[in-house]
Amino acid sequence: MAYTEEELKKELETKEYEYGFYTDIESDTLPKGLNEDIVIAISKKKNEPEWMTEWRLEAFRAWQEMEEPEWANVTYKKPNFQDISYYSAPNKKPKYDSLDEVDPELLDTFKKLGISIDEQKKLAGVAVDIVMDSVSVATTFKKTLAEKGIIFCSISEAIQEHPELVKKHLGTVVPKKDNFYAALNSAVFSDGSFCYIPKGVRCPMELSTYFRINQAGTGQFERTLVVADEGSYVSYLEGCTAPSRDENQLHAAVVELIAMDDAEIKYSTVQNWFPGDKEGKGGVFNFVTKRGLCEKNAKISWTQVETGSAVTWKYPSCVLKGDNSIGEFYSIAVTNNFQQADTGTKMIHLGKNTKSTIISKGISAGQSQNSYRGLVQVSSRADNARNFSQCDSLLMGNRCGAHTFPYIEVKNKSAQIEHEATTSKIGEDQIFYCNQRGIDTEKAIALIVNGFSKEVLNKLPMEFAVEAQKLLEISLEGSVG
Amino acid sequence: MLEIKNLHANIDDKEILKGIDLKVNAGEVHAIMGPNGSGKSTLASVIAGKEEFEVEEGSIVLEGEDLEELSPEERAHKGIFLSFQYPVEIPGVSVTNFVKTAINESRKARGLEDMPANEMLKMIREKSELLEMDRKFLSRSLNEGFSGGEKKRNEIFQMAMMEPKLAILDETDSGLDIDALRIVANGVNKLRNKDNAIVVITHYQRLLEYIVPDYVHVLYNGKIVKSGTKELALELEEKGYDWLKEATV
Ligand SMILES: Nc1ncnc2c1ncn2[C@@H]1O[C@H](COP(=O)(O)OP(=O)(O)OP(=O)(O)O)[C@@H](O)[C@H]1O
Ligand SMILES: [Mg+2]
Repeated sequence: MAYTEEELKKELETKEYEYGFYTDIESDTLPKGLNEDIVIAISKKKNEPEWMTEWRLEAFRAWQEMEEPEWANVTYKKPNFQDISYYSAPNKKPKYDSLDEVDPELLDTFKKLGISIDEQKKLAGVAVDIVMDSVSVATTFKKTLAEKGIIFCSISEAIQEHPELVKKHLGTVVPKKDNFYAALNSAVFSDGSFCYIPKGVRCPMELSTYFRINQAGTGQFERTLVVADEGSYVSYLEGCTAPSRDENQLHAAVVELIAMDDAEIKYSTVQNWFPGDKEGKGGVFNFVTKRGLCEKNAKISWTQVETGSAVTWKYPSCVLKGDNSIGEFYSIAVTNNFQQADTGTKMIHLGKNTKSTIISKGISAGQSQNSYRGLVQVSSRADNARNFSQCDSLLMGNRCGAHTFPYIEVKNKSAQIEHEATTSKIGEDQIFYCNQRGIDTEKAIALIVNGFSKEVLNKLPMEFAVEAQKLLEISLEGSVG
Repeated sequence: MLEIKNLHANIDDKEILKGIDLKVNAGEVHAIMGPNGSGKSTLASVIAGKEEFEVEEGSIVLEGEDLEELSPEERAHKGIFLSFQYPVEIPGVSVTNFVKTAINESRKARGLEDMPANEMLKMIREKSELLEMDRKFLSRSLNEGFSGGEKKRNEIFQMAMMEPKLAILDETDSGLDIDALRIVANGVNKLRNKDNAIVVITHYQRLLEYIVPDYVHVLYNGKIVKSGTKELALELEEKGYDWLKEATV
């Protein structure tokens, strides 16, 4: 997306969270609260087969026995899980084949987001599956994909149309009982995306999903499952924006990636949920479980730009099961005002000659806290495993914090693990140097931050990189003074 | 072009500049010499508008406009350029990207559109050739890992790109090898014209053999204690600064 300098400037002038509006689309919402009946009701509403209902119930029972984790370096008022409505779907279904059929108000929403389908469609090679609240509203480019045998649809649709694939893979990378939030998600997930790339197929376009939380008091529980069959390739983009709300909104997604032998998955995220206002009120709680499984010679790359949420708890991970498999994690996490982020990754080396790379860039401003937490684990049979980790922190001002918690567990002597960490501050002399060249302070900061983040920005697909840069600027706006 | 009158400047309540008068006309080259710590870089920073320094008294006027209220970037937009004694590093920002941003920000301030990409590229090619710069530098992170001499050459490259009215070169010669000094000095000479002015701060007469000054000033303990023509530089090279100390106290 080509944003002009002018547009960028305008964006920067808006002080309030610009996507903080509420779309008034009629919704079909379940009463607040969570029990077995609600879980069954969700499943019924979605016409799910019985095995799916059972699966959800098992997850729910497991969740009831679990405790919310305490160890992350974040503090927040725990959500009251009985005070959340677990299902909300836009009323005006069904799905649309063309934009003309789409609710004009919805289109308007996309316009405000600056990522209208209209624009997306024109943008060659990007298929968009938009999750508006919980149910996918529009899917485009499906036909082109179908010709290659690629399946890209909502997970609900996949449960109906491709039950064998879903049954085979769902929960194999992130088990139902994996953790508190994953169990909750497994019980009540409302929708999400499903993607399957057949053997030897290179997906010809970036697959893209824009998520959005839209219903007051509705937690969102997406479920994403990407399966890349042997020798296939796919690049998947995920992006989010959310309207502002007074009460905290809970978000607990699960993303599972499966890269079979010789397959490659690139998963990129630009996350921009409402971080709360300047006093730290409101904002999204983002507790996400993302994990990928690599078979032989397979490769999974997670790239993420995190600018939003009041509280973020997120560790995209790779299980390097197959020999010679590769896991990568490239991350930029920005925190401003009162945001708290605890993010990082886990690289689990099981196979021989497995390699992993971790590049984490944390930018903290205001009174925010930004933590990197990474685990590199090498099992006893993972001969010649290699890991390189680099964690850089950039601080703006004296009231914010950056923390690094690297954990390394090695059970095989042939492993080579390297860890580098730096902390820097934007210097007065850097700013003056830029000023002297005619660059004002706001722009200078943007330049310095972009430079700092470059290694990660470079990993994003082109149009996403532009959007990410824009988000970096917006989220750090007003952080100097 | 530039007129400084009775300039006093402090940092942390310590007076560094103690009443400076300096007048530079368009088309002229002025050299400022003086011992370490005498206030040369401070003077350059104060002209450029560095906010840590407090101007207690006096004025700086550029083309009839008092600069007092102007921010460093506004002064840059008016055509002031400072080649830093110690250029800073900006990791991840390429020389090209930095220069492009600098030029376009200045153009924007003057109500102009961004410079078209092809024009920018042409200019970059010309100026990098003028300074015999290896093109590889242009894609490297600004000053990161540059040698001392490379940093200085890169400052002059930026000067060539920005086409300032008033350029202040703070010890641009230090760190340059003999060939580089000649190349950079020739570059500066090519940028000279009747409408701009250059102030060179240096410790060495050698630079002034290439960039021949119209006037030489000696800054000593925050004051200009002597001004003269280029011969003064030769005299200083021979005698040092001690004789001036006696002359002023
Ligand atoms: N930020 C600062 N804080 C305190 N003192 C300062 C600061 N900047 C400069 N000074 C002092 O001001 C005086 C003049 O410094 P300045 O850098 O202008 O000298 P100079 O003439 O450029 O010297 P050199 O030839 O070594 O470059 C010195 O005594 C220096 O220590
Ligand atoms: Mg100096």
